[in-house]
Formats: sequence, structure tokens, C-alpha cells
Amino acid sequence: MTDVKQASTKNAKSVRDTGSRGVGKPNLLAGFFGWFWLAVVIIPIYYVVVTSLKNQGDYFTGNPLALPIPPTFEAYQEVFANKFGTYFSNSVIVAVGAVIPIVLFAFMAAYGIVRGKGRFLKFCNGLFLMGLAIPIQATIVPIYLMITKLGLYDTLPAIILPAIAFGQPLSILIISNFIRDVPKELFESMRLDGLNDWQIMWRLAFPLTSPALVTVAIYQGLNAWNGFLFPLILTQSPDKRTMPLGLWAFQGEYTVNIPAVLAAVIVSTVPILVLYVVGRRQLLSGLTAGVGK
Amino acid sequence: MASATRSRDTPLAVLVLPSLLMFVTFAVVPLFGVVVLSFTKWDGIGAILPNGLGSWRQVLADPQTWRSLWLTIMTMAVTWAVQTPLSILLGTFLAGHQRYRALLGVLYFLPLLLSSAAIAIAFKSLFDPNFGLGAGLHIPLLSQDWLGVQLAFPVVLSVISWQFIPFHTLLYQGGVRQIPVQLYEAAQIDGANRFQQFFRITLPQLKYTIITSSTLMLVGSLTYFDLIFVMTGGGPGNATRILALDMYIRGFKANQMGAASVIAVFLVVLGLGMALGVQRLGGRDKTASQLEGM
Repeated sequence: MTDVKQASTKNAKSVRDTGSRGVGKPNLLAGFFGWFWLAVVIIPIYYVVVTSLKNQGDYFTGNPLALPIPPTFEAYQEVFANKFGTYFSNSVIVAVGAVIPIVLFAFMAAYGIVRGKGRFLKFCNGLFLMGLAIPIQATIVPIYLMITKLGLYDTLPAIILPAIAFGQPLSILIISNFIRDVPKELFESMRLDGLNDWQIMWRLAFPLTSPALVTVAIYQGLNAWNGFLFPLILTQSPDKRTMPLGLWAFQGEYTVNIPAVLAAVIVSTVPILVLYVVGRRQLLSGLTAGVGK
Repeated sequence: MASATRSRDTPLAVLVLPSLLMFVTFAVVPLFGVVVLSFTKWDGIGAILPNGLGSWRQVLADPQTWRSLWLTIMTMAVTWAVQTPLSILLGTFLAGHQRYRALLGVLYFLPLLLSSAAIAIAFKSLFDPNFGLGAGLHIPLLSQDWLGVQLAFPVVLSVISWQFIPFHTLLYQGGVRQIPVQLYEAAQIDGANRFQQFFRITLPQLKYTIITSSTLMLVGSLTYFDLIFVMTGGGPGNATRILALDMYIRGFKANQMGAASVIAVFLVVLGLGMALGVQRLGGRDKTASQLEGM
């Protein structure tokens, strides 16, 4: 299905243009393309939602896109009878445990890199920038070795520690861009008031960069919440599963009960959806300002 | 003056240490660890024994390695070629200030919220040959064996694009909004139509966004593990066994950590090579400023 759609997109592409600045007459072509893309995005999501509200009989026989009337919550009961409460709290621990140190450390490092001088800081900056180009997956074997040697295998800190490390490069980049935008005069005037670097960092830079910090927190929280590979290789007992891993295990057990599996997909996404609704503006604007220059 | 600079240099350097310590311990050390482990033999539980070039010989002689490398390169090329034009167009579209576009934007970004595992599971059921969308709607064209040997790889690449286009759309939206409006006004006075405006103003002005987005995309394509693992597990056969999966299967399924480390070295070299290559293409002298401005 996607293939068909992409093929037709390509035909339209050569002539498609976007009067994006909102001036002049309405841009029909762009509008058409916009609604078309909406369908591409929404149909799979819609399918997941409606299927999760059907019982197995309806799923096997009915029209897959038909609304479930009346909706049944059998599938969700199935999900809640499973260990999703545990998975949920594990994921919360992992996300919070990773995000707070990421934001704090990255903020301090970014402040040091932007405000400080010297070879050492230049070197650190270069090192973190290089970190953006490294595929994290490549380190799974040594990380597995380190975690087992540290006696952390099958614990939540095993997932948190590498997440903190791999969260640094992008976070430092985004935050240092914000600190650079703070007018130099503000720093100077605080220095004249007799404040030292440590105080200036917390009283001036911290509040002024808080939009970037929130962005980084949400983005990294999302990453930690959705991470799959590290939980897969660093834990094994069902009690230590994070949400995505639990979801994967659940679909392994319930292969035939698709409505239940898709209900689990929804249950695993709802916490993030709530976060998105609350912090959308912050996340999107922060990401574009920080990364998309 | 010199002493004053030095005295405030020291505490600032200290600020980097927590971050540096974590990064070095859990990212830089493992990177060197990968190289060291590639010269050893280890089953993941017992002792780590030196193995010289044994793992390298084994991996280089295995045709699966080259198939996986080929699939990885195809993944990079195809997902880049699909995502970039669509993301630029969608980003430009969303940069407009019409209300309906703002609403569409909110919905476009929904895939960003789903974990790779969730997306993989959703599309797996959607593409089910017996009960999926195509079969349920009784449309023969849509009732292919989507995750069979023939189609699994292109289908997986499409799903990857579906997952990541929103993020890159976001980057391009931000990029387009930073283009000075005066450029468009001047172009309109000169009688340029939308088509010309897009190709003469929008695209060239997006140069650095394209570099940033492409770097993230190409390096990211080395790490599309989660989605493929859950959707196909590398199969059917080995039809979707890209390098990241090959590494996982060798290391954690076949218990050959040495061989897995060799593949990991491949991945690191590819990642750094891609990043440097993209930066080079974008103009050598701009590299530093671009990376800083990212």
C-alpha cells in the first residue's frame, strides 16, 4: 500500500511546489499533497485504534477499517491482566533516571564549552560533536561486557547508564546553541555585580535556557521511553522489561489475538501522547531552533 | 589579565567533567573495546580468549556479511532518497502559516510518538496477508505477501521512512521559516512563480538544513535495528538482515561476540565515513560552523 502511494507521490513531485509563505492565491497542489500525506500518516494509526476496540471475531470477519460498533474493551482487559503496570513503572524509572542527569550534565558541559576557553574545552566540544556520528548500536558487545562485569546485568541502571552517555552529544549541542544566544552584556553585568561563574550559571544561564532544557528533556525522555536494543540485551527477567520490550514479548505470546496486541500498542503510547499534548509547542519549537538551523 | 582568564578557565573546565566522564566511560571506551574484542573469542559468558585475526577471517569469508553490508547500503540510499524530498516538501508546506496546515502538522508528527516496536507491530498486522488491511478490504492489489521474501525489504524501508519523515519535516519546517521573507517578496516583484521560488530560493537556502538532516538520516540508517528486529527479525530467510541485525544475531544468538565486534567495527567506520562525507560535500570550510550551528 505504501509502495503504491509513494509511486503516485513521485509522479506529482516534479510539479509540486509550495507557496508556503501564505501569500497570493491558495496553492491547490500543495493542499492536495498535504491532505494526501495526512491519509498516509493517519490510516495506519486509525487502523490500530479501531482494531484494538474489536473482539477477535469481528477482527477476523469484518471490514478492517469499519468503526467498531459497539466498541468492546475485551482487548484492553487482556492487556491490563498482563504485566503492563510493571513495564510502565520500569519505563518511568528509566526515563526519569536518564533524563535528569542528561539535562543537568549537558547543561553544565554546554555552559563550560560556550563560556570557557582553552584547548581542553575545545577538545571536549570536538569529542561530543563526533559522538553524533557514531552509531550507538555498534557498542552493544562492549557495553554488555561492562555491564555484566559491573554486576548490573538485568537491572534498570544497566539501561540508564549508557542512555545518559549517549544522550550527551545532541543535548549539549542544542543547549549550547541557546547559551550562545544569551547577550554577552548580561554575563558581564552579573560579573560586575560580583557573581562568580557558578552563580551566573544558575541565576542567569539556567532560567534563560530553560526552553532548551525542556526540549532536551522531552526528546531524551522519548528516546529512553522508546529504547529497545539496550533493554533487550541488558535485561532478561519479565520484571525488568521496559514498555517496548514488554510490548514485544506480549505480541510474541498473543500472536493470534491481534486486537489485544494492538491494544497493547496503544497502551504503550498513551503516556507519551499525554506528554506530547502537554509539551508539544515546547518540544517542536525547541527542536527546530536547536537542530534545524 | 592573563591570570584572571586562567582563574576563571579552571572552574569552567570542571563543569564538563560529569558529562565527559559518562561519555568516555559508556561511549568512547566501548568504541575502543569493539576493536579490541574483534581480536578475541568470547561466547558472552565464559572467558575472553585472544583469537588473533580469527574472527576477522571468519566474518570476511562469510557471504552473509557482504549481503548484510549491501542491504545496509541500500537502506541508507533508499531511505535517504525517499525521506529527503518528501521531508523538504512537507516542511515547506508546514512552514506556511495557514491554519489548516498547523492542524495537519499536529497530526503529521504523531509517528514521532510511537516506539519502533509499536510501529513494527502495527504494520505487521496491517500487512498480514490473511487478515491485514488488503485482505480485509478484498482488494487483490493490496493482498500481497508483504512480508514475504520478495517484498519484505522494500516494505520495511517504507515503514522506516514513515517513521522518520516527521522528524526531518520538523527540521525543514524550521529551516524554511528562517528564510528571510524579503527574498520571496523580491522574487514576486520579479514575477517568479511558486515553482521558481521553490527551486531558486527555498532549496538553496535550505542547504545547511539538508546537510544536517542528511547526516542524521544516514548515520541513523545504520541504527534501524529495533523496527526491523520486531517486524521481521532479519527474515524471511535473511532478506532484511542489515548489519545491525547481523551483529546482534552473531553476538547474542550465535554467541560469537568476536565476530559481532568485527561487524561493529564496520558500523563505526561506516558511520564516521558517512558523517565526514556529507560534511565534505557541504563545503569543507563550513564544516565547523555548520556543526556548531546544528
